[in-house]
Amino acid sequence: MGSMLLKRVLAAIPSLIGVVIVTFLLTRALPGDPAAYFAGPAATKEAIEQIRATLGLDQPLIIQFFHYVVDLAHGDLGKSLTTGQPVAEEIRARLPASAELTLLGLIVSMAIAIPLGIMAATKPGSIIDHTCRIVTTAGVSLPVFFTGLILVYVFYYLLGWAPAPLGRLDVFYSAPPTVTGFYLIDSLIARDPETFVAALKQLILPALTLGIFSLAPIARMTRASMLSVLSSDFVRTARASGLAPYTVIVTYAFRNAMLPVITTLGMVFSFLLGANVLVEKVFAWPGIGSFAVEALIASDFAPVQGFVLTMAILYVALNLLIDVLYGLIDPRVRLEA
Amino acid sequence: MIVAPALQVEHLSVEFRTRSGIVKALDNVSFAVGKGETLALVGESGSGKSVTAYAIMGILDPAGRVTGGKAMLGALDLLHATPDEIGKVRGREIAMIFQNPRTALNPIRPVGRQIADVLLRHADVTRREAPARAIELLRAVGITDPARRAKAYPFEMSGGMCQRVMIAIALAAKPSLLIADEPTTGLDVTTQAVIMDLIGELAAEIGMATIFITHDLALAAQRAKHIAVMHAGHVVELAETQEMFAHPRHPYTAELIAATPDTAASLDQLASIPGSLPDLRRADLPPCRYSERCPRKLASCDQPLPVMPPENPHTVACWNPL
Ligand SMILES: Nc1ncnc2c1ncn2[C@@H]1O[C@H](COP(=O)(O)OP(=O)(O)OP(=O)(O)O)[C@@H](O)[C@H]1O
Ligand SMILES: [Mg+2]
Repeated sequence: MGSMLLKRVLAAIPSLIGVVIVTFLLTRALPGDPAAYFAGPAATKEAIEQIRATLGLDQPLIIQFFHYVVDLAHGDLGKSLTTGQPVAEEIRARLPASAELTLLGLIVSMAIAIPLGIMAATKPGSIIDHTCRIVTTAGVSLPVFFTGLILVYVFYYLLGWAPAPLGRLDVFYSAPPTVTGFYLIDSLIARDPETFVAALKQLILPALTLGIFSLAPIARMTRASMLSVLSSDFVRTARASGLAPYTVIVTYAFRNAMLPVITTLGMVFSFLLGANVLVEKVFAWPGIGSFAVEALIASDFAPVQGFVLTMAILYVALNLLIDVLYGLIDPRVRLEA
Repeated sequence: MIVAPALQVEHLSVEFRTRSGIVKALDNVSFAVGKGETLALVGESGSGKSVTAYAIMGILDPAGRVTGGKAMLGALDLLHATPDEIGKVRGREIAMIFQNPRTALNPIRPVGRQIADVLLRHADVTRREAPARAIELLRAVGITDPARRAKAYPFEMSGGMCQRVMIAIALAAKPSLLIADEPTTGLDVTTQAVIMDLIGELAAEIGMATIFITHDLALAAQRAKHIAVMHAGHVVELAETQEMFAHPRHPYTAELIAATPDTAASLDQLASIPGSLPDLRRADLPPCRYSERCPRKLASCDQPLPVMPPENPHTVACWNPL
């Protein structure tokens, strides 16, 4: 298991190098001139050129790339032109906000989709099965920002049940002391139930939006995978040996059906990282998605590069986690490694 | 005739609803197996042997439906029992082993755990005792180094060893009836004999009745006291083994016996029986499903098959028997 992990980490290095190169080139190829943007609309040609020189943008691409890589090796992702803040610091501050939201969204959707898929598969043609089908079709056909806006309209504007969609905490509360950066966890550590509830209230609608977005693929994969496992020989053996229905469905069938579901979860998680960008906009969420979008609009290279690199590392880490889970569940995978 | 039946099946009929029509998989199947005795169900592929077993065990596909009949295990009719009543006998009073042992075991659970699961459900053991009891059972089915093997996964074992594990699972609760559905298909010839001997010994030890399902008439003759020959969802003939071989009465049985020259041949390899099973989805299935292949067909074969009383020691479903 340990050597398998090491192998996977080493195998991920070339793709990370690729990501560094491609993001560098892509940001350079984007339309828009950061020097012009930075200098402002009233700036003269000379002023713009001067700024270009101070930013090092007048140098050949290869030199720029060299500087970028050297900085990167020191953990320096550069400075944002618009805010003047170091990008690494900004990402470190904003990543927990995005991660908390995305994970909660994933948990919400798993909590609904997995039982739904299992029940649909154990009773094909039943009401639950039809519900599952409707949910999966509706889930894919709703654009994520639309779901978000509808939820805000209904639960904040019409019903007034939810707080204003303005970030992670209502203005009356102050953020809990940072330990993990997750407000839910940090407020529990600080034994501050009021802040916990306030943070949860802010989280519910955006997490639900992401949850609805990812419900469909998880439910569909759970159902399909369960159906095929339920008709397999060993489930028939388990039934014939009179094991309790719960044991047959959960211990025997679902554990086997989990492997493709985990793969789907990994895929869904990366979709969610993308969907985050929109949801963060709708809910004024101070995460890395909204940070990247603003930087992109301003042709601000460093934050965009930092964002893409962070995503790539997250993605590699996620795939490692999936490999580990696979190995834990399926002894045959462990053996291959 | 069977005096003290462990299981008595009467007039069992099963249908499958499929997209391409209703498959009349079993029609009026009757047989009995005596306590501690072995009955062989013999027939070509598709004749309904497995469906019979699944109907008795209550593990038919959702598309399948029992449309009539009884299966009496003592005073309990398995076909009309409540899920609760079935739950009390399945795996405990009647157990089953399958062909392809390697896929019939849970691929991601150690085999010892799989045996322990059954023990915990049916035998009077605690969580703590179960693993040791599972190892004992592995030893009883002839697995060497059972303590180490208990931790192994099916993919780490040979087919013969997996079938031994299946037998350990089936016999964990010392059932009074075992259904063995082609237990040696897919195993090599030496292992086949060893597995059949093992089943025979363990059955004798606990006085268990066995329904032995096979393609192989010669193998059935070696192992079973009675033989029921199935064809296209009918039991066409049922008799004691010697009687069946000495005086086959159904034309199909006679063809089978004539076509079984030595012990190695199985029915599927024999091309000498003309024709094939009728399509069981047909609306105009003749009352005798063999009549279209039968050299002894009479005009009277178009009326419903004769039904012999189950007390009869040698029953045959034919208007013009030998
Ligand atoms: N799930 C199902 N849906 C539709 N038809 C089925 C189903 N299961 C079995 N049948 C039909 O029932 C008939 C009997 O099948 P069965 O599996 O009992 O044959 P068998 O005698 O066990 O054959 P084999 O020796 O190949 O195992 C076949 O015609 C088959 O097509
Ligand atoms: Mg079969």
